[in-house]
Amino acid sequence: MSVLVVVECADGEVKKSSLEVASYGAQVAAQLGTTATAIAVGEANEANLAKLGEQGITKVLFDAEPRLKDFVNNAYTKLIATAAEQEQAKIIVLANSNIGAAVGSRLSVRLKASLATNVVELPKTDGGQFTVKRGAFSGKAFSEVVLSGDRKIIAVKKNSTEAKHDAGKTAEVTGFAAQLSDADFADAPTQVVMQDQAGGVLLPEAELVVSGGRGMKGPENWHLIEDLDKALGAATACSKPESDVDWRPHHEHVGQTGITISPNLYIACGISGAIQHLAGVNSSKVIVVINKDPEAPFFKAADYGIVGDVFDVLPKLTAAVKALN
Amino acid sequence: MKFLVCISNVPDTTTKIAFTPDNKEFNKAGVQFVINPWDEYALTRAIELKEAAGSGTVTVLNVGEADTEPNIRKALAIGADDAIRVNAAPQDAYFVAEQIAAVAKEGAYDVILMGKESIDYNGFQVHGMVGEMLGIPTVAPAMKLDMSGNTATLEREIEGGKEIVTVNTPFVASCQQPMCEPRIPNMRGIMTARTKPLKVVPAVGEPARTTVAEYALPPKKQGVKLIDAENAGELIKLLRNEAKVI
Ligand SMILES: Cc1cc2nc3c(=O)[nH]c(=O)nc-3n(C[C@H](O)[C@H](O)[C@H](O)COP(=O)(O)OP(=O)(O)OC[C@H]3O[C@@H](n4cnc5c(N)ncnc54)[C@H](O)[C@@H]3O)c2cc1C
Ligand SMILES: Nc1ncnc2c1ncn2[C@@H]1O[C@H](COP(=O)(O)O)[C@@H](O)[C@H]1O
Repeated sequence: MSVLVVVECADGEVKKSSLEVASYGAQVAAQLGTTATAIAVGEANEANLAKLGEQGITKVLFDAEPRLKDFVNNAYTKLIATAAEQEQAKIIVLANSNIGAAVGSRLSVRLKASLATNVVELPKTDGGQFTVKRGAFSGKAFSEVVLSGDRKIIAVKKNSTEAKHDAGKTAEVTGFAAQLSDADFADAPTQVVMQDQAGGVLLPEAELVVSGGRGMKGPENWHLIEDLDKALGAATACSKPESDVDWRPHHEHVGQTGITISPNLYIACGISGAIQHLAGVNSSKVIVVINKDPEAPFFKAADYGIVGDVFDVLPKLTAAVKALN
Repeated sequence: MKFLVCISNVPDTTTKIAFTPDNKEFNKAGVQFVINPWDEYALTRAIELKEAAGSGTVTVLNVGEADTEPNIRKALAIGADDAIRVNAAPQDAYFVAEQIAAVAKEGAYDVILMGKESIDYNGFQVHGMVGEMLGIPTVAPAMKLDMSGNTATLEREIEGGKEIVTVNTPFVASCQQPMCEPRIPNMRGIMTARTKPLKVVPAVGEPARTTVAEYALPPKKQGVKLIDAENAGELIKLLRNEAKVI
């Protein structure tokens, strides 16, 4: 028996969320007295895969099939299912990403496994039960879920667990061939279009996020947000109205009907703090609110606040960050 | 083209979440239930595609008990032709997926549309499971869906970009913005919805594979620390030295 960890790579690098997943999987393996093996997907680089030893991974399986570079749901599912059989994995851990969740749900049917997505903590394994804590009700609550199947699949929420770094440790990288056929690639994308990320930081993976709402008045003022983003190395987000009127792209919209994020720091600028907005951000570790209205509901959910005009406060913050660095 | 749109019945987005005293169940008292917001994209897009083709049917499906019928009727008022309710409490994603797969097989639907995720369970699971159970592709989450004959072209959101995916029917897709502008019922729709067929069928399949042992609310915040706007730079020092996040 072992724990199988699915590691997503892009441009040769292991994604940050996958480092968290690798570390999570290694800790689950330790809990159960076994080892954690990883299977790499995406555009991987062997040297970087070997470094997964730092997160506690013993062995990394890598299928060099070039068509696996882009996400193909069927092919990825078959690849991981084959690896799970070979490794006799009882537990599969993946990121709660668009790839991880899509593959995880197919795998759960194929492998007859219990699946939990959006998981935020290590499992509890006492009393003969396997229980995980997961986010529910759009960030407004958590549920403790018992996974009763013999096999279990866990999709770990991004930035909710820390990736351990045991410097210098390496994992053994071994070739792996899932014997994929053309039919497995029938649902391959015909085209992949990547966006320009402001400052190069992807919102779903970001540790620091600066977000703007209607208080920013218009897209022409967004440079104030972006300047602070650049100084901090943060990603940009917005409330729903900005994406509804196309001031900002919809993938930046956070909240109940946008994306849910849990960065270490969320700075909300000119956002009132409607319950649907809070649902997407209230699991952020530290929340800063800048609003000229001292009665804005967001202050109730904040750790730090400034009652003031964003047009005055934002440049001061950017200058202070630059002074610090 | 036969469309099957799966709708879930969820607490309105403004709901303050609370649980029963033993924390075992969601407290429904005084809660307004709505069609899962993402599922409205699926429903509207199915109706638009049917209208554009000039033929076809849109069936809505819900796995739920009788209290979900007002929202099923609402979906009929928005423009679905008929509805099916699998009469069972939705135990977990696997159980729900089994019901949907059984209905989809029985009715030989061409296109099965769902929302990106349910805003109560937040599984992002049911669409993938249904695709696997039926042995057909799932495209999730889709931001755009166009059909030409039996071929669909979709834009699938990935972290940091999108993919263009082409699939033939039958397939499953989960929908999100900016796919369409969700419709609201008009007077005529509300009148006709009353007489549209709503079939109730029993549940099938194996039991659920997961159970909720307990719910919990997030810990309460300590209270906000205010920094004077004149001294905004002070905040940055606190974030580094006190909160240690930058
Ligand atoms: C079904 C449904 C789903 C929804 N989903 C989401 C969602 O996912 N995400 C989301 O964000 N919203 C969502 N909403 C919308 C939500 O209810 C709010 O309308 C929205 O979040 C408000 O955005 P805002 O705070 O930017 O704007 P407003 O509520 O207009 O607030 C603007 C704030 O800026 C402040 N301000 C103005 N000028 C300045 C200035 N110069 N300096 C400082 N502060 C200033 C004001 O005091 C005010 O507090 C949803 C709504 C519904 C009905
Ligand atoms: N009880 C249900 N009845 C019908 N469809 C459902 C039900 N629960 C979930 N779905 C569909 O599955 C999608 C994904 O749900 P989930 O996997 O729970 O996030 C939803 O957007 C719905 O389209």
